[in-house]
Amino acid sequence: MWRVYFCILGRDIRLAMRRRTDVLTTLFFFLIVVSLFPLGVGTEKPMLRTLGPGVIWVAALLASMLALERLFAADFEDGTLEQMLMTPQPLAVLVLAKVTAHWLLTGLPLVVMAPLVGLQYQLPDASLGVMMLSLLAGTPVLSLLGAIGAALTLGLRGGGILLALLILPLYIPVLVYGAGAVTVSAIDLADTQPYFSLLGAFLLLALFLSPPAAAAALRIAME
Amino acid sequence: MLEVSDLECRRGDRLLFSGISFSLETGTLLHVRGRNGSGKTTLLRALCGLYTPDAGTVRWKGEDTRRLREDFHADTLFFGHSNGIKGDLTAVENLRVSAILDGDRLQDPMLWEALEQMGLAGFEDLPTRMLSQGQKKRVALARLLLSKAPLWVLDEPFTALDLDAVDRLQRLIAQHVADKGLAILTTHQEVALTSGQIRRLHLGAEPRED
Repeated sequence: MWRVYFCILGRDIRLAMRRRTDVLTTLFFFLIVVSLFPLGVGTEKPMLRTLGPGVIWVAALLASMLALERLFAADFEDGTLEQMLMTPQPLAVLVLAKVTAHWLLTGLPLVVMAPLVGLQYQLPDASLGVMMLSLLAGTPVLSLLGAIGAALTLGLRGGGILLALLILPLYIPVLVYGAGAVTVSAIDLADTQPYFSLLGAFLLLALFLSPPAAAAALRIAME
Repeated sequence: MLEVSDLECRRGDRLLFSGISFSLETGTLLHVRGRNGSGKTTLLRALCGLYTPDAGTVRWKGEDTRRLREDFHADTLFFGHSNGIKGDLTAVENLRVSAILDGDRLQDPMLWEALEQMGLAGFEDLPTRMLSQGQKKRVALARLLLSKAPLWVLDEPFTALDLDAVDRLQRLIAQHVADKGLAILTTHQEVALTSGQIRRLHLGAEPRED
């Protein structure tokens, strides 16, 4: 089973490396959105510090969603998805492999970039660390939840907008607690613990429930 | 081996076919024919479980395929309209991925040999998007050489192939049927068998022969 998991994971990463523009557009999108805010609202330190966590998290949500549309669409078009459905492997494992690849390509780079873009908001050092950790725990949830939406809207015309409408409301808890952790860390670092417990709980729930749900949605979409 | 009873499929309000029943034993080739739009592809997809029929059951070795699911998929090789290969991967990489997905443990030399047999020597290391339509089809069909699945379901496997490749594929299917395999295909080509039997199924206006 792990052999299949790593096979699909490796395949998707190799494909992305051969078509780097797709990955890079997402990352530049994140970078630009985050950088626009200080330019727009001015450079007063207290305001930027209040805005920072929320803006960075919202930009991460949108960037993660930008790449979601292609999660299954490319495989759907060239027929490889059909082949995956016809293999003796559990479809949920294949979905999980694809989601992992999506996170490694769009989520993990955001985690690494976060402290750099956070500097623009003059966030304190401790908050930058918390920002990285909260993104590290939160972005996989975004990829996992997004996979359900991507599977449900597969093959629909105007699927991209529909996907956003379906998935963005589900992202709200992650946004609230992810950005909340960063805001609270500016006051007292110890207070962030409950936020991380909740983010961890979301991650575990999504990890167990989302691959089978996305797999079931894919079977319906392929009919 | 494969029993189909009272299969009925609709697309929206339109009835494609109903009351399709047949039973196939090993060493049989089922040739599905019918006009464009008569539901050949839908029938094949319904047999594979990619499409839920509106009525009827498909049984494999006596059990409902929808309950068997993964076990049935292990015994089936489906070849659809789209080749199911990635344009950015090379022929060998494509073949390796599909072999792993099918649960086969194959060494690389076997993959290269299969591609060579399909007449793709020298093209193994090129991204498949650089290949011609027929060559892409050959890459996809190389799976047939490696597969151990007893049931082959092939939807229009001959399109875009040149005479040489058509001949090769016909021999491959005949060999599979002679080896106690089962093959179901939609095509306008005749396939000559060395042993085993051919059954025909006609969808649509003309009378069905079973």
